[in-house]
Amino acid sequence: MQHTMAMRLSSSRGAGMPAARSSSSRSSSRCAARAGRTTAVKVVATSRFEASNPFMEEMRATAAHIATRGKGILASDESNATTGKRLESVGVENNAETRRAWRELMYTAPGLGQYISGCIMFEDFLYSSTAAGVPFVDVLRKEGIVPGIKADTGMQTLPGTDGETATQGLDNLGTKCKEWYKQGARFAKWRAVLRIAGPGQGPSTTAIMENAHGLARYAQIAQENGLVPIVEPEVTLGPGSYSIEETAYWSERVYSHVFRLLNEYNVVLDAILLKPNMCLPGLDAPPATPAEVAKYTTRTMLRTIPAAVPGIHFLSGGMSEEESTLNLQALNEACPNAPWSLTFSYGRALQATTLKTWAGKQENWEAAQKVLLSLAAANSQAQLGQYKGPHPSPGGGRILQALRTGGAGK
Amino acid sequence: MPIPADDASLAEVAAALAAPGKGLLASDESVGTIGKRLEKAGLVNDEETRRAYRELFYTAPIGKAGISGAIMFKETLQQAAADGTSFVDCLTRQGVMPGIKVDEGLLPFEGHDLATGETFTRGLDTLAAAAAGYRQGGARFAKWRAALRVDASRGLPSERAVELNAQQLAQYAAVCQAAGLVPIVEPEVLIDGTHSAADFGAASERVIGATVAQLWRQGVALEGCLLKPQMVIKGADAAGGRAAPEEVAAATLTVMRRVVPAAIPGIMFLSGGQSEEEATLNLNAINVMAQQQGKAPWSLSFSYGRALQASVLKIWSADSSRAAEAKQMAVALAAANAAAVRGAYDAAGKHPSVTSDSSLREAFRGWHGPTASAPAAAAAAVAQ
Repeated sequence: MQHTMAMRLSSSRGAGMPAARSSSSRSSSRCAARAGRTTAVKVVATSRFEASNPFMEEMRATAAHIATRGKGILASDESNATTGKRLESVGVENNAETRRAWRELMYTAPGLGQYISGCIMFEDFLYSSTAAGVPFVDVLRKEGIVPGIKADTGMQTLPGTDGETATQGLDNLGTKCKEWYKQGARFAKWRAVLRIAGPGQGPSTTAIMENAHGLARYAQIAQENGLVPIVEPEVTLGPGSYSIEETAYWSERVYSHVFRLLNEYNVVLDAILLKPNMCLPGLDAPPATPAEVAKYTTRTMLRTIPAAVPGIHFLSGGMSEEESTLNLQALNEACPNAPWSLTFSYGRALQATTLKTWAGKQENWEAAQKVLLSLAAANSQAQLGQYKGPHPSPGGGRILQALRTGGAGK
Repeated sequence: MPIPADDASLAEVAAALAAPGKGLLASDESVGTIGKRLEKAGLVNDEETRRAYRELFYTAPIGKAGISGAIMFKETLQQAAADGTSFVDCLTRQGVMPGIKVDEGLLPFEGHDLATGETFTRGLDTLAAAAAGYRQGGARFAKWRAALRVDASRGLPSERAVELNAQQLAQYAAVCQAAGLVPIVEPEVLIDGTHSAADFGAASERVIGATVAQLWRQGVALEGCLLKPQMVIKGADAAGGRAAPEEVAAATLTVMRRVVPAAIPGIMFLSGGQSEEEATLNLNAINVMAQQQGKAPWSLSFSYGRALQASVLKIWSADSSRAAEAKQMAVALAAANAAAVRGAYDAAGKHPSVTSDSSLREAFRGWHGPTASAPAAAAAAVAQ
């Protein structure tokens, strides 16, 4: 495996991969091609699944809306356990009401729709309302924010692997999707996690095949029932001193498998969104600059993600709030006319300081909402390649997200 | 424009081949294939005739007309113009990179026949040594053709054909990159049949998707290779008239956006089954639509054989003293298609082609001998 990767990296170089500077300029030239669109893309249905699916046009429109330039996704689908830990960390008691109030704070932040085009919700809150009785889905829709739903039920370890996981949730998924659609959700999310154990030790073939299958089958079921699937194959940030090139290599391998299976399962790429990781070196390796993150991440995307996908919404796992914004800005500087939107689906990067500001106190409610708006605005600017700073929430170190089984989430 | 230096990276060579407004001349027909065309035009299939025919193209100013590379057959790589200038020099001096066909032709799977069945491609065993030799001889890029057939009633293309041809294409590409040649990856989905454009699109998605996945698997650097697919068109035997160029453009772009990574610098369409004028009109429509819609990060260009040659052969075979006129035709055909790459071809104007409107389908292309149905198909093509 190490040998294969070394061969591949050196064959990339030996085959004349441009040196550092020109590589990013080559990314830019690819991204600079054909700027300035004036007419809508016309898609021709190629499979029976696509031609006979009554939701297809709506899903394409939804995906395009969520991937609108200057906007991104608020990920707020943490499980109750995870939400509880976060509430407790700022001194808030963890119960159904505090969890609901926390979501209300975020969803009712005035003007959130200027920067947020979609919101991933945990199932409980798809069916919840504000204290005044207004359903959350209505609050969001009024702001032009599409409600989405976490579709998976968590992870389980794969036997015989070193703690690798498979994601659960396919059973009964079609029925659940129908219910979620009725309630107002128009997109879904399924998180698969792959890990690099150390230099030369990427995700096993078992883990890649299992997670790619889960994602493809989920995506097919979601589309069958009118929900745009966010496909999230996360190559997670972990301990170890593996290089950013190695992350890029394993990410390419994972995405290549995922898209092969999406193809086989007739998933219509014009009606999905991707939620990948940015390429970062291991926690014990020297941190990469935003420019390096951008170089390897855009190269990986250009090599594996077909242009038909409307939006690539990066996750913020492991990055501080400021880092998440700076890296997103660097991505859009490196690839100003990318064929897909290079944007965000941020959880912690939009929530951490917001939650700390609120700390469960009513008197902090508006201030906390302002923090959320300022974080969303910063990332919106970064999506447009126009972020200049200062960041509303500067500093902060790397956050290691440990793999957890059953109910792990962002 | 000078061709990339000898030590240029494969990514630079690929980008130069797929530069804006540029395309490829596919003149790599095997002795058998070109022989049949020469004979059909009333000429003798011998080495001198083949040499003289290719000389028309390589000594015409096709570089200025927009040709960035010419794919050659191995025999031709060794040949020279009448004045002794090697064909390689004729090309490189006018800024055209020599390329080389490196596959050894199609073979049917067990129990299949060439005319109606599925095939794989020969040539991997001797490829590494051959590639090194071609690079030394001046070639900068290579080409390998796989052919896949669409026939829903028989479940074609089969899983076996899709996977094996994808693997072979990827292996070929990896070997060529190691030898310093940019590989053109050609998974041609044949136009023969009665399928709809949608079904053809679905087959293309499968075939190209599998090919791209294998390219990754075999460690091929996408930035240093080019794709040569068929446009997404309904079957040549399908009911109804020819599809409008805008329909071809919409279907083709839909599929390319779904399966071709942006890292590949150029999609160089083949023209098999289209007339010279159709090939230009369709390519132009594709580029006009791409410019309007965006989301098309690769060059959308051509690697045309017959669509750049048929009228040239017609003029020259009628009277070999009309060589100058034939060369002008070569330039005109190249220029028309180079304009199409820019989306600037005048669709309302007159195409330089002097061959009939009917398709240039041939039953014998790429195979090693006539089959029972070949004469019938050829007769049908002539009769149209």
